[in-house]
Amino acid sequence: MNSGQPAEAPQSFYYNTGKYRGVLSWVLSTDHKRIGILYLLSVGAFFLTGVTLGLLMRLELIAPGKTVVNASTYDSLFTLHGIIMIFFFIIPGIPASLGNFFLPLMIGARDVAFPRLNLLSWWFYIVAGFLALATVVMPGGPPDVGWTFYPPYSIRTTTSVSLAAFAAFVVGFSSILTGLNFITTIHRLRAPGMGWLRMPLFPWALYATSWVQVLATPVLAITVLLLILERSFGVGFFDPVKGGDPLMFQHLFWIYSHPAVYIMILPAMGIISEVIPVFSRKAVFGYKAIVISTMAIGVVGYLVWGHHMFTTGMSEEAQLVFSLITFIVAVPSGIKVFNWVSTMYRGSIVMAPPMLFSLAFIFLFSIGGLTGLVNASVAANVHIHDTYFIVAHFHYVMFGGTGFAFFAGLHYWFPKMFGRIYNVRAALIACVVMFIGFNLLYFPLFILGWNGMPRRYYDYLPLYQPLNVLSTIGSWVLAAGILVVVINLVRGAFRGDPAGSNPWDGTTLEWQVPTPPPAENFDVIPEITHGPYHREGKAQ
Amino acid sequence: MNTSGGEITVHDKHVDYSGAKMGMWLFLFTELIFFGGMFLLYAVYRSSFPEEFYSTSAELHRTIGAVNTVVLITSSLTMACSITAVKKGDTRLSALFQLLTILFALTFLVVKYFEWEAKIGHGIYPGSEALTAQGQGKIIFYSLYFVMTGIHGVHVLAGIAVISVTMAMTLKNRINKGDYIRLENTGLYWHFVDIIWVYLFPLLYLIG
Ligand code: HEM
Repeated sequence: MNSGQPAEAPQSFYYNTGKYRGVLSWVLSTDHKRIGILYLLSVGAFFLTGVTLGLLMRLELIAPGKTVVNASTYDSLFTLHGIIMIFFFIIPGIPASLGNFFLPLMIGARDVAFPRLNLLSWWFYIVAGFLALATVVMPGGPPDVGWTFYPPYSIRTTTSVSLAAFAAFVVGFSSILTGLNFITTIHRLRAPGMGWLRMPLFPWALYATSWVQVLATPVLAITVLLLILERSFGVGFFDPVKGGDPLMFQHLFWIYSHPAVYIMILPAMGIISEVIPVFSRKAVFGYKAIVISTMAIGVVGYLVWGHHMFTTGMSEEAQLVFSLITFIVAVPSGIKVFNWVSTMYRGSIVMAPPMLFSLAFIFLFSIGGLTGLVNASVAANVHIHDTYFIVAHFHYVMFGGTGFAFFAGLHYWFPKMFGRIYNVRAALIACVVMFIGFNLLYFPLFILGWNGMPRRYYDYLPLYQPLNVLSTIGSWVLAAGILVVVINLVRGAFRGDPAGSNPWDGTTLEWQVPTPPPAENFDVIPEITHGPYHREGKAQ
Repeated sequence: MNTSGGEITVHDKHVDYSGAKMGMWLFLFTELIFFGGMFLLYAVYRSSFPEEFYSTSAELHRTIGAVNTVVLITSSLTMACSITAVKKGDTRLSALFQLLTILFALTFLVVKYFEWEAKIGHGIYPGSEALTAQGQGKIIFYSLYFVMTGIHGVHVLAGIAVISVTMAMTLKNRINKGDYIRLENTGLYWHFVDIIWVYLFPLLYLIG
């Protein structure tokens, strides 16, 4: 790690190792910037693991019948892929890595409110990660229940479901601690003069996300805990034989897991709201509308979980209500897309990598969001339930949305984090390759799903083969793009050209401190006298 | 000393009282929702098996439950006293009250242990043959009973551990008149654990 220290900034936090030396100066550090980088590396490692599993699955699906893995291995593959991608990549991804690093910088604070809890949360994350991976070598074999852990199968199977569920429990703690920390930080540590409506939009997004994390994650914790008790002691809450109801598990699970979708998407929207004004050289259009829609998504997102269960025999009234609310929750997201586009309108757009990733985000996320509306209407839902249409939809939202936003944010803040800049041309090319690969990989899945190909099988009818081949080829293109990104960034961190303190001409606070930031961020805490996107000499 | 919140500096350290309290309240929200999941299951299953819930509830020992309720509420009182004591600068008295709190908590657990023991002695515990042979409502009621009181008991244990730490810190004067936020937060947690019991007691023991 230390060899990556940029030579030009002796006061930078890379030189302030604190009490410890070497690796310990990282894994025991309470500096939010070091923890942010720890998270970035760990989240990145899990992402690449998940991608590898995904590629394996796509390879299996290149032809009907058994190709490279058998049915039960395939079950484990999609379960591990799902668990890793959801609990270890996409939920902690943006808040814990980029959020940790930049939240205090953007609101003018020296650190988060509880630095030691922050470190503890990373440790929980790592322990949980090892537990999840350990399922592979456990006697029962890796879990084969899907990332949703639905009983009654998850109670009966002999694979190591309990361990995987426990990993989800522990990583939930990590998530709660991060949320709790960020809420307190935002309430207590904003720089003087930074009223709520002078706070940049990324911190706003983190604020809404943190509330969802704090209020929804405990439901997951108790749900998986009960599942573990059910498996170990046979308590029977979800077991029809003992009077329990498996549907109660689904309700509890989605009470968490649907809000969790907003834990995934809100920070992504926050990043886009930062990037677009900077590279359009304009103040963001409709700042307040974005703030309000951010909070609205946070609130309404709680009330829609039932749309995952339309086919479970819930009452028609319940279906109607859940369907309606689900349509409503799309409105604030739509508002944001309009705001971003209006920000670009008549701006002088600079097509740097963060901007290109953001545009890809808007495109892919819109497809994901609009196909979500198809799912939201009960009639269509029954037709496409548990088909590849769903697989395509959530990859568009989570990967095309949050994943691409993560890359946008990474390319945007990279120079500030590492003091160096990657090869811009390579980054632009990688983004285009990823974009093409992504659509090749997932678009055919919409069609396959619409035509009835069910998800979670290692096999399919021969008539589905052509589109499956296309999709698998897409997965290789996408992987090539990701590979270029990784190589380019790693190389950039060690050998890139030095980046000045404000390479993109950003207006928010993090660009006003030296690069990389000094250990305590600000020598003097700044006084805030205007909104975050104010540009000198420009009409607002 | 600044009790209304805001920032003060103690031992050259930056301490944000309001921040620390806010963090604790947020944590308690998460705890509340955590238990909320179980209360939700309780509500649903009680409405599915009302009769069996009433009749099974009558099998629990009300007097013991009532005694435990009194014990736990008294422990909340001693906890509150310990905070008042430290605010007045009497750290020894505060530590004494914390010790009392721990003793009450232990009493609660011991009583609980004998209650469980009696049920398990009769072959009634989740997954047991005797219980599985019973009606579904009864199985679910006992499952709820064991899981809810069990998880509550774990919280009591955690409380004992944390109060032991604050007691040691109070004796070493690391919790004192000028800096007692840790004790105050521990108190908040402890009252929360009590309140959960105040709901568990009627819902489990008194509906029969
Ligand atoms: C190169 C990247 C990726 C590839 C090739 C890929 C491929 C796949 C495949 C083939 C499936 C299984 C479909 C089925 O049989 O039902 C799947 C499921 C899934 N993927 Fe991905 N994926 C990738 C990236 C991601 C990312 C970035 C995320 C999350 C952010 C993600 C989340 C999921 C989830 C949650 C499931 C469902 C697992 C389950 O059914 O339990 N994937 N993916």
